[in-house]
Amino acid sequence: MKENSNLKIMTNGIVTENPTFIQLLGMCPTLAVTTSLVNAIGMGLSATFVLIFSNLVISLLRKFIPNKIRIASYIVVIAAFVSVIEMLLKAYLPAISDALGLFIPLITVNCIILARAESFASKNSPIPSAFDGLGMGLGFTLGLSVLGSVREILGAGTILGFPLFGANFEPALIFILPPGAFLALGIILAIYNIIRSKKKGAAK
Amino acid sequence: MSYLKEFLSLAVLGVLIENFVLVKFYGICPFLGVSKKTDTALGMGMAVTFVMVLASLLTWLVQHYILVPLNVEYLQTISFILLIAALVQFVEMVVAKLVPSLYNALGIYLPLITTNCAVLGVTLINVQREYSLFQTLSFSFWSAMGFTLAIFLFAGVRERLETSNIPKHLKGFPIALVTASLIAMAFLGFQGLSF
Repeated sequence: MKENSNLKIMTNGIVTENPTFIQLLGMCPTLAVTTSLVNAIGMGLSATFVLIFSNLVISLLRKFIPNKIRIASYIVVIAAFVSVIEMLLKAYLPAISDALGLFIPLITVNCIILARAESFASKNSPIPSAFDGLGMGLGFTLGLSVLGSVREILGAGTILGFPLFGANFEPALIFILPPGAFLALGIILAIYNIIRSKKKGAAK
Repeated sequence: MSYLKEFLSLAVLGVLIENFVLVKFYGICPFLGVSKKTDTALGMGMAVTFVMVLASLLTWLVQHYILVPLNVEYLQTISFILLIAALVQFVEMVVAKLVPSLYNALGIYLPLITTNCAVLGVTLINVQREYSLFQTLSFSFWSAMGFTLAIFLFAGVRERLETSNIPKHLKGFPIALVTASLIAMAFLGFQGLSF
């Protein structure tokens, strides 16, 4: 029963309340780093790491943090874990670290993480909070990966660096440039709306 | 003279070539969130400009007089974000006491600025590029102007979108993103100015 509810918390983050497609949170990294699938996954997993540990720690401290300075305290906890992942990436995955650049320290101000700290971790016990972080993080990774794949396939004709269409394929470069980020996300959201309204129609 | 030249070249860089929102993707949340009306967009732009310049000044001082001498640069992210959060809180209190009319206009946007990645972003860029104090102040001012320009233009288009006939599934966020994409395409043209 217990395990079941943790699983439910996790799928809630991945599907029902997907941070990218439903809550539209954390848009800066979503648009900026999704020029390729590798970058998208790197960003998603870094944010997942921070989400799990910040949720866990904030939930453990939730009875000690005074209500008035709670936001500032959450930010300090989050920033600490962001510094950890920043140094880890620099040491072990320098290529990813270079590609993501400034957006790694900027995970600190990613609204998803603060939103989960405020709306979930500050009210729940540590284990479910960690699962909530995991679910939200994976949901974020999923959103980034979808956008990253679309942009990489259309904009470079490759997926994870492997060419897909042979030498004569002329990629639509615009999709890996900044305007393509807005355009691809806009169209994905529109397609998502169509699917959802079709489903609603079928339910009726 | 060389100061003026530097100031103007940072203006071209900050507003056009490296527009914070449309080229670098910093501050997308307020860009999409508070751009429904042109006057609220301008208010947000002003508040961000104010905080960005002040935050750049303070973080420059902290970086050069505290973090570097003590050899604790790895505390950069934590100390900068704390400083920004404290600054925003302080500005909010000061503005509320001294200029209540401005506070009423900006009130709800001020707390949001803490989690605006443009602010933390600009302070980190300043350090990364090893800008002098003068360059730091000019660059943060002009990139905030770039933010204001982008959000103002976008709000203008969105006001018109309210009354136009949009396909059902594109309503709301999707059409806003497509619009942003078109504006970003226009700004892509300025890339040619970089040298």
